[in-house]
Amino acid sequence: MTDAVLLQAINITKSYAGVQALKSALFELRAGEVHALIGENGAGKSTLIKIITGAVEPDSGEIKLSSSTITHNSPRVAKQLGIAAIYQQPALFPELTVAENIALGLEQTGMLGRVDWRERRRHSAELLAQVGARIDVERAAGELTMPEQQLVEIARSLGAKAKVLIMDEPTASLSEEDTQNLFRVIRNLRSAGVGIIYISHRLEELPVIADRVTVLRDGRTIDTRLMSEVNRQALIQLMVGRELSAVFPKKEVALGDVALELRQLGSSEAGIKDINLSVRAGEIVGLAGLVGAGRTELARTIFGLTQADQGEIVLRGKHVRIESPSQAIKHGLAYLPEDRRRHGVILDMQIGANVTLASLDRLSRYGVMDFKREKEIAADYIRRLGVKTPAIYVPVSTLSGGNQQKIALSRWLVTRPSVLILDEPTQGIDVGAKSEIHALMTELASEGVAILMISSELPEILGMSDRVAVMHGGTIAAILDRKDASQQKILALALGHDLNEVEAQAKAVR
Amino acid sequence: MNLGRYKRELAAAVAFLLLLIMVGISAPSFFSAENLRDLAVNNAPTLLIAIGMTLVILVGEIDISVGSQFAVCSVVAGELAKAGVPVGLLLPCLILIGAAMGAINGLLVGWLRLPSIIVTLAMLVAWRDALRWVTEGTWVQNLPANFQWFGLGQTVGQLLIVVIALIVLVSFSWALRNLGAGRAIYAVGSDSEAARLAGVEPQRVVFGVFVLMGALVGLAALLNAVRFSVVPSNAGLGLELKAVAAVVVGGAAITGGRGTLLGTLIGAALLGTIGTALTFAGINPFWEKAIQGAIILAALVSDVALDRLRISDFGLRSKELSR
Repeated sequence: MTDAVLLQAINITKSYAGVQALKSALFELRAGEVHALIGENGAGKSTLIKIITGAVEPDSGEIKLSSSTITHNSPRVAKQLGIAAIYQQPALFPELTVAENIALGLEQTGMLGRVDWRERRRHSAELLAQVGARIDVERAAGELTMPEQQLVEIARSLGAKAKVLIMDEPTASLSEEDTQNLFRVIRNLRSAGVGIIYISHRLEELPVIADRVTVLRDGRTIDTRLMSEVNRQALIQLMVGRELSAVFPKKEVALGDVALELRQLGSSEAGIKDINLSVRAGEIVGLAGLVGAGRTELARTIFGLTQADQGEIVLRGKHVRIESPSQAIKHGLAYLPEDRRRHGVILDMQIGANVTLASLDRLSRYGVMDFKREKEIAADYIRRLGVKTPAIYVPVSTLSGGNQQKIALSRWLVTRPSVLILDEPTQGIDVGAKSEIHALMTELASEGVAILMISSELPEILGMSDRVAVMHGGTIAAILDRKDASQQKILALALGHDLNEVEAQAKAVR
Repeated sequence: MNLGRYKRELAAAVAFLLLLIMVGISAPSFFSAENLRDLAVNNAPTLLIAIGMTLVILVGEIDISVGSQFAVCSVVAGELAKAGVPVGLLLPCLILIGAAMGAINGLLVGWLRLPSIIVTLAMLVAWRDALRWVTEGTWVQNLPANFQWFGLGQTVGQLLIVVIALIVLVSFSWALRNLGAGRAIYAVGSDSEAARLAGVEPQRVVFGVFVLMGALVGLAALLNAVRFSVVPSNAGLGLELKAVAAVVVGGAAITGGRGTLLGTLIGAALLGTIGTALTFAGINPFWEKAIQGAIILAALVSDVALDRLRISDFGLRSKELSR
């Protein structure tokens, strides 16, 4: 590592629809260093990367490259300045050859864009040799393995004479051997003076590859440390260290019988396996884990959106097979999906129609809709959930995000579910609506609904759950009782650490 | 009630009224009873097809095989009559045969999830050429005497055709609004995945809609065939275009989820009368197609323009949400 500062992000602020993704974030990259960037889901890593690569414009703050400010950043500008990014899923064109993929955007074409094929192949082969890859440049990129595709992307960034290389979870799907090979390539780039921003959830590999580490939390830069000076426990502490600021309206509820039980549930299509979990009537079970750990996939499998090929689902003591959402609904299940804008509500349809969509059978006789009942029900839920709307016949698209989410939730409450699965129920909605939804969850639990809540927000998980199931790598790593759960424990488990090891480390720190 | 929801239908209605006023000034004889009756009878089969097409377009699909299905159904109707099937039985027979043809499309599009434009393009060619192969281009002649006008005579027969078309229009319009199934059609067309998550089964809805489309083709083909003493083997050429155009001019979104049968009625009326209106106004009827094309484009452009105007919500839609 040299002392020459290559890239600086100074006081970057960015908010999306009122939600602050970055608050005066600071980041500095030196030439010839591997700088790890870590943080929980939603800490602001992706947003910062998007701003550096010009995909997103910051609200304020500046990006400096070799001490000169980049104005009017865009993906094109960033690329010309030598900033390259490699994402978890390689972004190659599968139908084009390796040489064509590498050449795209690199070559200066002559008049009429004539291609010098021989030169193109030679140049590609040379770049691949530099990253130590033996790949035939004539093969279609889609035929390559994941690690090979990554190497092709690195070769392309070499060809672009990248000075800054951003790698987002590059080892997430690599074997041990491929990881070691990648590290060797990264070290070579480092000694050639390239600055590398390395994003990873695998804290254990950071001491091996990173020189420094910057921790983001809630859009703020918490600290930048030399990797040799911190251990894993300290990093986890820095990542969570958030206080439970909000007050959660959690009430103790007498638990009823087991409403939902999963025994060895698995689905190769969804990438989940060996799930054992039960939720009792009146209980709220939080489902924590990193993005990609299989939480949404588990919810979708329970709801019949992907097919289980292992284990069984037991609802109120009865074995059931669920092959479609309509079957799931008949069994008393409800699922509030993650992305309400896309599939939680139908934006063009009116509030009333949205609220009753999952209960059409119940609200009609011989197929004829009972509009009077529909109107009553819609009005009732608008009042109960405090939906702010001028009328019930306006399209849902006219409502704010929080109110849309309340409509999405109402739709499921109308079905009177015995098991309610909530996927990120308060993501991206304002604080007021958030606490209203939390209050509603408590109310539902006291009415005997079993609730399974997926959330990436640890305070929400800790504040609302009776028990917390932590997922890692497509299965449940551990289930913690409310009194035993802590942010550190949950995050450590989500990162794939062993519970005993975590507890031992925690004790050692004390 | 907010009229803003029907702004697209209103726009088409205004255009239709303007056309009627212009013709009324330049050629008042357009409004003679015979002419209006002829227009209604001529356009009734097209209206029936357009009703089915509205459902298909509402779920976000399209069916361009209706013209070929129409030809097959017409010839089958004639042959059945010749084979001695009683006239009263022809109606259910043709509806079933049409529904079966629609079911093929429905299986391929709904359950196998193939793109409807390609599936129905293939069917357009397949039915048309199969018919040509079987009939060798000959028309169905020497039909039984009671085939034409169902043996009821021209006046009653004409009335029957128009009345049936109107009954279908009113009942489908009612069903779309009042049945849970109608709600499901709009939901699937707006956001198929969201509908699925809410327990609606998009495959079944799409399949059902194509079956209904086919049934209406069978009905329309029969009502059209009985108007003549022979059945041509090349009936229904270009019918798919007329039907899609009527639906689009009537304000339905080609991407699905938005549209009404009232709009389709206005669209069919506008496109169906323009040719005759031109003749009455003394304009060369060769302009008909060009003007129809212009109307379709105008409908699409005004669709975008109306969206920008945001008169739909009477200002209820907050600014930051409008995209």
